[in-house]
Amino acid sequence: MATPIDLHEVAERELEARSRYPWRLKACASTACLSAGAGASMTAMERAVEADDLALDVQLIPTGCMGLCSRGPLVRLLRRGGDETMYQNVTPEVGADIVRRHVRDSQIVVDSVLDEHIPFFESQQRIVLANGGIINPDRIESYVAHGGYSALHKALTAMTPEEVLEQVRASGIRGRGGAGYPTGNKWSLLAAAPDDTKYLVANGDEGDPGAYMDRTVMEDDPHRLLEGMAIAAYAVGASQAYIYVRAEYPRAVERLDRAIRVARRNRLLGRRILDTDFDLEIAVRIGAGAFVCGEETALMASIEGRRGTPRLRPPYPTEHGLWGAPTMINNVETLANIPAIVTRGGEWFASIGTPNSTGTKVFALAGDLVNIGLIEVPMGTTLRHIVEDIGGGIPNGKAFKAAQTGGPSGGCIPADHLDTPVDYDSLRQLGSIMGSGGLIVMDEDVQMPDVAKFFMEFCMDESCGKCTPCRAGTVQMHGILDRITSGSGTARDLRDLEHLCRVVRDTSLCGLGQSAPNPVVSTLHYFREEYEELVGDREVVDA
Amino acid sequence: MRDRRQTVEMTFDGVEVEAYADESVLQAARRNDVFIPSLCFLEGLSVWGGCRICVVEVAEDHRLRPACATPVAVDMEILVDTPRLRSYRRSILELLFAEGNHVCAVCVSNGNCELQDMAVACGMDHVRYDEKDPRRAVDASHSKYVFDPNRCILCTRCVRVCDEIEGAHVWDISERGTSAELVTELNKPWGEALSCTWCGKCVAVCPTGSLFYQGSAIGEMHHSADMIRILASARRRHEWVDPEVPA
Repeated sequence: MATPIDLHEVAERELEARSRYPWRLKACASTACLSAGAGASMTAMERAVEADDLALDVQLIPTGCMGLCSRGPLVRLLRRGGDETMYQNVTPEVGADIVRRHVRDSQIVVDSVLDEHIPFFESQQRIVLANGGIINPDRIESYVAHGGYSALHKALTAMTPEEVLEQVRASGIRGRGGAGYPTGNKWSLLAAAPDDTKYLVANGDEGDPGAYMDRTVMEDDPHRLLEGMAIAAYAVGASQAYIYVRAEYPRAVERLDRAIRVARRNRLLGRRILDTDFDLEIAVRIGAGAFVCGEETALMASIEGRRGTPRLRPPYPTEHGLWGAPTMINNVETLANIPAIVTRGGEWFASIGTPNSTGTKVFALAGDLVNIGLIEVPMGTTLRHIVEDIGGGIPNGKAFKAAQTGGPSGGCIPADHLDTPVDYDSLRQLGSIMGSGGLIVMDEDVQMPDVAKFFMEFCMDESCGKCTPCRAGTVQMHGILDRITSGSGTARDLRDLEHLCRVVRDTSLCGLGQSAPNPVVSTLHYFREEYEELVGDREVVDA
Repeated sequence: MRDRRQTVEMTFDGVEVEAYADESVLQAARRNDVFIPSLCFLEGLSVWGGCRICVVEVAEDHRLRPACATPVAVDMEILVDTPRLRSYRRSILELLFAEGNHVCAVCVSNGNCELQDMAVACGMDHVRYDEKDPRRAVDASHSKYVFDPNRCILCTRCVRVCDEIEGAHVWDISERGTSAELVTELNKPWGEALSCTWCGKCVAVCPTGSLFYQGSAIGEMHHSADMIRILASARRRHEWVDPEVPA
């Protein structure tokens, strides 16, 4: 058996190696920047380094997401012991310029500088995304040098499982997948199960349109997820864990696979982890492209190799989960918070955010905003601050109309409620949900019935077909919305739509169907006049 | 022999009844002559909980639950016949009628159809929603049976009976949502499905005219779903008696 990793030594070595370079050039190599051309820019920078014989002066590091995706490719240049400069829209030409002018000639490439002292960066508090834009996701040494796996070491060597559980309970963290169930309670349920075989599952089947929080964690900081999972498994007594990743995230699968291999080799996974009595195996399971597999019972069916359809709860997975054994399913973002909670304590975590929604939340800002990207803010930050300051407001001088949280299961929040603190309970009061963190902002040009129709189409396409209201009801609701938005709807259509909202919500089998009417209900609540205007005073025209 | 199963007291719409502690709300209702509409449930097969016709209201928290998949509990109060539930059941039936091709007048099971019976029982006399009028290909490749997917309500009784009782697992569902459809083997024509034992149990349990004998004309197809209850209990108890008929 290999000797376990010496965390202290690896970190020292990594920091020492780093200090040899006067310059370090960190280039965002996350999915968003890559699709904006980061690959070509990286090559251009490598070539420029070679051409000017600067290989001993510049360390080129591909990193994870830096956040401001709409300005990508992003690059951060750090001078040893000194200043750092952030560059935006780094085309291959700009990349070569940064090396030639900034590194070689000490001249800042002024046109491409991105000011880091803007609210987008300064209002954030990064726990889950702490390593974004900092570490190289493919190198465990990079993670370890930034404190990685020290929480696991602390948990295994200095804490009992009960003490870990106590910290998680004290942190007040709630499930980041959307429903907001207290994580400590879920862990306690599994820890209390007397069974020998228990499973832990990380739910990475992120499916809301426009959301990529979990993808970023899995791709850009895979070891943080593994560490969180190992701590969770230790606390609840599981020795087998799965990461369920949707097939649309091939880079996440690749990175996680590699991270698991490396972690095993370093005795951070596998048998006798860090020379303690704790064993844990983690395996990746890939979904086949169904949104419904984010639902716990459908997810488990999929892991077991069966058709991914939900079943009735109770029994809950913590009693009867994978292959009948008690199973705990946590969202990727939830698990990514765990190392920090263990390192700094539950009380520290609870001091962030609001009393009932502690910690931070990662949001994927999308839609009609100046700044689009990934942010992490304390819970309770007002929607206005997120939209106007962090998001930079609405482009082209347009007015804010509404923000959609919670994706197809959530609802919209109109301008009157911009000062709402974003936390689980406030959003619920407004008829929306926190959801997994998708936040789509819409300007005055957007017609809300169109938004409702878009999400209804999504739910219709993603319904598994098991229960009647979701399978056949979403189709009818979509048909009615199609008529209304195209101007041929009637007042009867509107009544039928509202009735179907209640039928589908109250009688569907799983969360997908039960929440599918939410976008309709919420847009009808806040923007009813838009529906009524489209419907006019046409009454029933019975065929 | 005295019945040694434990019993609990519970109420349906305020009427007190005695239920076995290990049965579902739907089973308790049936034994006590309380009518709860149902379609996908079939005594003797595993619980599917998909059709949602059997939703009842649990008075304690006003939430709706499928009676077939809800275990009884001590002093449970179940509401069956309320305006909300009547309206919901009707709507669900209308959704089923609208998504398929259920023209009773030309159906082999006209007069012997559980879907039709439920519509009558729930007072569903017309469909408010858009008739989707699907044009799915009928599979008549089997020498004895025919499958018409346009009349299928995806109750999966055939899937379950073939897997759980016959042990052949010829049937399964492919695709999802509105495209969800029953397939034989890996989407081969039924007539070419080598795993099919020609036992006919799938046809026997079909609640509509979706599965029928070759050559059936309008109204001629009679199903015999009840025999599965006896078959399943015979397997379990090793004696051939109907569990619902007291000895």
